[in-house]
Amino acid sequence: MRSNLGFFSDEKFRSIFFQTLVVGLFALGLFFVITTTSYNLEKRNIATGWSFLQNPAGFDISFSPFLEFKSTDTHLKVYFVGVLNTLLVSVTGCIAATILGFILGIVRLSSNWLLSRLVYIYVEFSRNVPLLLQIILWYSILIQLPRVKQSLQVLDVFYISNRGLYSPRPIFESGFSYVSIAIVLALISSFLINRWAKKRQDKTGQQFPVFSSSIGLIFIVPLILFFILGSPLSFEHPELKGFNFKGGLVIRPEFIAMFLALSIYTAAFISEIVRAGIMSVSKGQREASAAIGLKQTWIMRLIIIPQALRVIVPPLTSQYLNLTKNSSLGIAVGYADLVHGFGGISLNQTGQAIECMAIVMATYLSISLTISFFMNIYNRSIQFKEK
Amino acid sequence: MKKLLSIFAVVAFAFSANAGTLDDVKNRGFLKCGVTTGLAGFAAPDDSGEWAGLDADMCRAVAVAVFGDRSKVEFITTTGKSRFPTLASGEVDMLARNTTWTISRDVNLGFEFVGVNFYDGQGFMVPSALGVSSATELDGATVCIQTGTTTELNLADFFRLNGISYEALPIETNDEGKENLFAGRCDVYTTDASGLSSTRAAASNPDKWVVLPEIISKEPLGPLVRHGDHQWGDVVRWSLNAMIIAEELGITSENVDAQTSSNVPEVLRLLGVEGNYGEMLELSNDWAYQIIKQIGNYSESYEANVGPDTPLEIARGLNALWTQGGILYAPPFR
Repeated sequence: MRSNLGFFSDEKFRSIFFQTLVVGLFALGLFFVITTTSYNLEKRNIATGWSFLQNPAGFDISFSPFLEFKSTDTHLKVYFVGVLNTLLVSVTGCIAATILGFILGIVRLSSNWLLSRLVYIYVEFSRNVPLLLQIILWYSILIQLPRVKQSLQVLDVFYISNRGLYSPRPIFESGFSYVSIAIVLALISSFLINRWAKKRQDKTGQQFPVFSSSIGLIFIVPLILFFILGSPLSFEHPELKGFNFKGGLVIRPEFIAMFLALSIYTAAFISEIVRAGIMSVSKGQREASAAIGLKQTWIMRLIIIPQALRVIVPPLTSQYLNLTKNSSLGIAVGYADLVHGFGGISLNQTGQAIECMAIVMATYLSISLTISFFMNIYNRSIQFKEK
Repeated sequence: MKKLLSIFAVVAFAFSANAGTLDDVKNRGFLKCGVTTGLAGFAAPDDSGEWAGLDADMCRAVAVAVFGDRSKVEFITTTGKSRFPTLASGEVDMLARNTTWTISRDVNLGFEFVGVNFYDGQGFMVPSALGVSSATELDGATVCIQTGTTTELNLADFFRLNGISYEALPIETNDEGKENLFAGRCDVYTTDASGLSSTRAAASNPDKWVVLPEIISKEPLGPLVRHGDHQWGDVVRWSLNAMIIAEELGITSENVDAQTSSNVPEVLRLLGVEGNYGEMLELSNDWAYQIIKQIGNYSESYEANVGPDTPLEIARGLNALWTQGGILYAPPFR
């Protein structure tokens, strides 16, 4: 009896014992769930397996800007269309939310009472109203736009209706590839100039107009080349033919509603993160940099932002993850994302709920882990480095 | 290991809800019936908040067969997408939800269709201002389509076959379809012709909408239950058949009492005066009498909910009895 208790009073044994117990219970629970599910599936004659991925989908998906999709394509292709659409709205949403969030966060700290109050109201409104309602609100507004036959015409080339925003589609003719190459080269060389200028400034203290020279390289050089080559670019204008506009580029209201709702909602959180980041930099830093005569914009760019970023980036990462996961609400307005297309229509047409859901979940997990991975690398690169 | 597995199997069995649905329903005291989220004429709350319609009557008929009381039913709304998981998981005992009987649903999804209570086909509805007279003129149109339905697949097939293009606007419920069509987000709404009539009837000005003449598919709509529970399947099947046979024999809710003293043997068998068909189904012997008394025969239900005198104005057509030029047919009651 005593010796038994002795085992338990040994801290190492006790911790191993309880850890094994917990892992064992977890494994048992998992085993139970899997056996129960497969037993019930079999009992209800519900088909299982992955072969359905190769079967033709049989339905059409109209919103597929990157891949051509026909009803004879497979469910696997439905999946890829869904992933691309999810990524499209997530990436554009993250970019817009970041830009808007940074601007709002800085404006919120402005000494202008009206501006900072307006941002305050915006933040409190958009982060306290459920996202789903905001998506539906935007969509309801968008489908109240004029009908396609009475489209609003803007600047003679854009058409706005409740079918979306139609704009001319650029057609790249032969020769345009030189312009693209020039742009890429300009980007690389401005990056190199930036590095060289930094090194030179560290050594000699002399500055080089990096910004204006980069602008010149990236915009003006390709532009001159473009005209020398005889403007190898034309536009295909949308035209109202029959039921719809034909030709041109179109941005659908489903996408616009998702994009607006996601970026506006997330920007509210990001602006608070940015505000917290800036306020975390001690007042002494600002006063000291002003004392040595730095310009206001330099103080922000060289002293405050680099220190604030250390506080901003980790919570910013989780906002990106949230936005990506929230894009699954696209189903509310019929946006053909991963959940709506593959996790909804394919699931329903094949009846293979467990397989479809497993794939969808694994995909979101991979996307989220990828975002975390890159944001962690970035986070490490901006952390304070002790020398 | 084997023993452990069999223990799990037993526990799993206890968790699965599809053994003896009839007993489950009797013990619970009411029927759980899956219906649409609201499709006038088939299943939609009426002015007093009571569920009414052809499918709602189907649910009530089964409740009457089991309990002898038309109010012993809970209506559970399901979307085109949620209906099958809802039934498979045992959340409802049966579906009467404009569901098309297809081989894959019958075989692959593990359900059992017990009959057809409405023979339908897929059609198209457009604003009359569009001036379209045939579905083949719809090249380039935006089409509102409920996802996860057979109509979604038929639509793709129809346009592919005719070599014309369209743009699909996926929607979840009939109401969403209405909203998008009326706002002009889509040019065309396609679903079962009966659903179109129902949607048109709900428009503020029905004359502004036309249903195109093409019917592009067979859509036999009927109640379904989980596969493998034959006793329960029989109860639902014969509740439907009893209504059809009653029409065939001319028994209505009004004359049913007088008919109990009829001299036609099949009438007496149906009303439980002769034979013990109720016992065979583990129901009371007057189950069919009660259905006819409380719900009416098929024709009464049809005329009250979807027939020419209702806003839906759907003629009997295919849904007339086989003796009257339709294809409605029930096996003999003997």
